[in-house]
Amino acid sequence: MNHFTCLLKHELRALFIAPSTYVTGVIFLLLMGFIYILILADFTLQPHDNLPTEYFFQLYWIPVFFIVPLLTMKSIAEERRMGTLETLMTTPVTATEIIFSKFLAAYLFYCLLWMLTLGFPLLVNLTVGSSAMTVRLLDPATLLGGYIFVAISGLLFISVGIFSSSLTRSQLVAGMLCFSILFIIILGVPAVKTQSIGWFEWLEGALEYFNNFKHLEDFSRGVIDTRHIVFYFSYTTLVLGISVLITESKV
Amino acid sequence: MLGQEHSIEVNNLTKYYGPVMAIHEVSFNVEKGEIVGFLGPNGAGKSTTMRILCGLITAKSGSAKICGIPIASNPDEIKRRIGYMAENNPLPEDMRVVEYLYYRGRLKEIPRKRLKDRVEETLELCDLNRTARRKVIANLSKGYRQRVGIADAILSEPEVIIMDEPTIGLDPHQVLMIRDLIKNLRGKMTVIISSHILSEVELCCDRVIIINQGHIVACGTSESLRNEFINNTTYTLNLKGKTEALDSLLREIDPDLVISSSPSDINEDYYDLELTTPHTHNLSEKILTRLYEHPQFRVRELRRKVPNLENIFLAATRRSWDEDIPLSINKVDSGKKNNQETGVVE
Repeated sequence: MNHFTCLLKHELRALFIAPSTYVTGVIFLLLMGFIYILILADFTLQPHDNLPTEYFFQLYWIPVFFIVPLLTMKSIAEERRMGTLETLMTTPVTATEIIFSKFLAAYLFYCLLWMLTLGFPLLVNLTVGSSAMTVRLLDPATLLGGYIFVAISGLLFISVGIFSSSLTRSQLVAGMLCFSILFIIILGVPAVKTQSIGWFEWLEGALEYFNNFKHLEDFSRGVIDTRHIVFYFSYTTLVLGISVLITESKV
Repeated sequence: MLGQEHSIEVNNLTKYYGPVMAIHEVSFNVEKGEIVGFLGPNGAGKSTTMRILCGLITAKSGSAKICGIPIASNPDEIKRRIGYMAENNPLPEDMRVVEYLYYRGRLKEIPRKRLKDRVEETLELCDLNRTARRKVIANLSKGYRQRVGIADAILSEPEVIIMDEPTIGLDPHQVLMIRDLIKNLRGKMTVIISSHILSEVELCCDRVIIINQGHIVACGTSESLRNEFINNTTYTLNLKGKTEALDSLLREIDPDLVISSSPSDINEDYYDLELTTPHTHNLSEKILTRLYEHPQFRVRELRRKVPNLENIFLAATRRSWDEDIPLSINKVDSGKKNNQETGVVE
């Protein structure tokens, strides 16, 4: 456990002193801010049934596609390319501690970035504050559900990033691989489901279980289903476990 | 473990990368407090052996123990007992020297109370305390980076230190400093160093192991290897006089002493000649006395060539090439003699 804390501190420190982290953060906040403004602008033009926050969280996949690869592609691939992974493995540290510390550092930063988006509704509410607006902008159930979904689905997305990084010594390859896997998980599954004809029908139940948008739907309504939590936790453990095995065997 | 326990004990270690043999039935022992040089041409299997000793990779067969503990079954315990400096000395670019050593110290489980003292001691020992202490590793010169690598290897005062080419790319001053540093470790820690700089190994190592094409071709002190591999003694003579008369004179000194080269420059009064004998005892005095008795010869210089480690290395590796060791698994009788002892690797 001592090793893990030490490695985690080292990873967090490395994240917070790297300029690329701040560039990623700025790009993320600019994009999310822009999306939020567009949603609000659309709300001023026509009436909507749902809350702006719901639409905001429905577009969670846009930042995930570039934030997750950017945050994770360096983690193992860079250490392997530099040879520092080898020196790390000659200390009494295990591959599990290395993988989990890198995962947790990237995950904490991912959550921090998402937490900052809470500033958008707060700022809007502060500027044009009215009680009717407050209810719609800061609906606690939607906000809480949305952020819990982001936090829980983030586990799987970040673990996919770490997994991709553990496979190769090239950051570029790790980034592209991570993007492709995320694309399949997030957009591929619903696409297959909507296109399902004939022999795909028997897969429908399974695909439904994999569909992230379905999970989000439940969470945004404030329904916290343990099935989804088990889904994300079990897959995260599986993916990280494979990463540990790869790291151990490919020093 | 009964009786004398070796610090490093390697028995019949074999490793293949796919069909290519990296090392084949490598066996050697290193005693406590000994400094051993590990030599070999590129691709001979030095790094593979060192990586197996560190528990980074596993061997196909054979056993390797550090301080009597089998590496394959206790890799975690081994990692507490070794200090490893990898080839090319990889270091994180964005850390300061002192931060890096604290970080490594914590990972190497140095007790919290002792960590500060130990880091300071190591910084002092590796001469990093004054200029490099607070510098970012990316901005350090090659020599300082090597020192940081060595500081990391000795930081936790391990029983065994394994260094893969620690003096590569250093200037003579830095080589001298690192040589002194390694000499200081004699008796306290067991050190195994691989290097291409043969004079370096000869100066600071107690014993030399030469590996070629995955086989140990020589093992022993420089002196014993000299006797084993270099079977003749060469003298260089700078003299004036007729060569024809010299031949019979030399036979009187030693019947096997012959002139092995033609005069270097016959137009000059004085010329160089090389004399060779298969015997190793020193004939310098006899040669000088005999030549002094004959006034037609005027001697200006006589040198007895002592073969250095480079000659031994070349002779040992050449001999193993001549023996034509098979490189591929197909050619090797893979079933033979895979002695599976306690602590067998994989």
